[in-house]
Amino acid sequence: MEQVLRWLFFACAAISVLTTLAVVGVLSIETFNFFQQVPAADFLFGTRWTPLLEPKSYGILPLLFGTTLIVIGAAIVALPVGLACAIYLSEYAGARTRDVVKPILEILAGIPTIVYGFFAITFVTPILRTLIPSTEVFNAASAGIVVGIMVLPMVASLCDDALRAVPNALRDGAYSLGATSFEVTARIVVPASLSGIFAAFVLAISRAIGETMAVTLAAGATPNLTLNPLESIQTMTAYIVQVSLGDTPAGTLSYQTLFAVGAVLFSMTLILNLIANAIMNRYRDVYE
Amino acid sequence: MTQPSEVLLQANAVSIAYGDQLAVNAVTLPIYQQRITSIIGPSGCGKSTLLRSFNRMNDFIDQVTLTGKVTFNDQNVYASDADPVAVRLNIGMVFQKPNPFPKTIYDNVAWAPKINGRRDNMDDRVEQALRQAALWDEVKDRLQESALNLSGGQQQRLCIARALAMNPLVLLMDEPCSALDPVSTARIEDLLFELKETLTIVIVTHNMQQAARVSDFTAFMENGVLIEYGPTETLFTNPENKRTEEYVTGRFG
Repeated sequence: MEQVLRWLFFACAAISVLTTLAVVGVLSIETFNFFQQVPAADFLFGTRWTPLLEPKSYGILPLLFGTTLIVIGAAIVALPVGLACAIYLSEYAGARTRDVVKPILEILAGIPTIVYGFFAITFVTPILRTLIPSTEVFNAASAGIVVGIMVLPMVASLCDDALRAVPNALRDGAYSLGATSFEVTARIVVPASLSGIFAAFVLAISRAIGETMAVTLAAGATPNLTLNPLESIQTMTAYIVQVSLGDTPAGTLSYQTLFAVGAVLFSMTLILNLIANAIMNRYRDVYE
Repeated sequence: MTQPSEVLLQANAVSIAYGDQLAVNAVTLPIYQQRITSIIGPSGCGKSTLLRSFNRMNDFIDQVTLTGKVTFNDQNVYASDADPVAVRLNIGMVFQKPNPFPKTIYDNVAWAPKINGRRDNMDDRVEQALRQAALWDEVKDRLQESALNLSGGQQQRLCIARALAMNPLVLLMDEPCSALDPVSTARIEDLLFELKETLTIVIVTHNMQQAARVSDFTAFMENGVLIEYGPTETLFTNPENKRTEEYVTGRFG
């Protein structure tokens, strides 16, 4: 019996590892096929992305810019507000407030992302268009703001963990020297937890890069080499949705663009997550 | 004790509770200027809680309530118009475990003067504080190194220097040697005698020999109650209370 269970659990573990390997494998093969037909330089540095229209062009920069715009918008919303929220929870709020606010943050993190997309179109975009009439119906700003709201609970929660990892002995030491709460927070606690905060920021950015539904709904479907957040753009993820839903035949070059874009997306989030992990491992050593 | 001295700091009928758990029960204790007063007693007797009430460090613990008065220079530090930050500038504190900031040695000592707007002659301030804490000779060539590289005993003296940089009138010490080896402990005890020239010191200690060696006055607490208080010599050689006698002769605790 023990042996059977042992193999059963091993099989389960193996399935998850194999699935990951298979995904990476398929991604690599199709990406390799894509690069047989499109030179890597054209792909990485080309400024037009029209794989479905004539004349076809496979420069990923417009999609990268689209994703970048979303990330910047999300970062502007989520990083300062998330950190401030964490500082409030960790340094100012009483135990009772924490008990109420923390679960609310977790609920916020559990809202399906399609709801956020809907929220962007029906709520954020009209406000933006009232404030700045030149704003397009689909625009990067609205999607970026909403992605920011989406990753905010994660930033707040991770930053809160980082701040609370700072030993109380340091706070006591600072208070006993006649520091105010703000001085203790800004000059001792935040600097001492900077690596954890930075790791939280990197993870948030990685999530914003991978975010799909809200940007597909709200940001538009126009590969656009621009840094103007009020224009319609397309992100890498939104492009993948668009082609997956369309009738692009398997095996064609247009179809393989999916995998090439997916590979770029995967590399970016993988690298960011590795960076965040490396930072967190380093700071964990400091207080042990 | 040679000269008579003024009471600088005093607990007046101070009771402190964590929630509904009474930790300090109606303690009245005078602290004489330029004297060392030690508070001894078994674990959990409320001595650290009492010490932390002198500079309002219990403010940061949830659900702590205090009744009674703590007066410093005849001002109630718990008065509604009292500023706890100002209180802590005059009453410094050293903790059980050395807690230097993860900054350089120099920045640790300069930290309090800097945030309190006393930026002039900073190098002199730092040097003076480190000399007072008997640490200068060991660190003068490595002021820009991280304080975390120092040994435990050095870290604790750095924490003393950090507190002295603000020129406080009182130094509260919460079992400052409990995490240190005997050599480091002896150095800090020597230091206390020097600091007493200018400072008033209150030291909470587990170690009765330490209280007997360093202090002028000793207070013995048990279960939140001040059992006995008096000149150290009297308390150790001729205690009035039976419990005090049993404790100082090592029969419990």
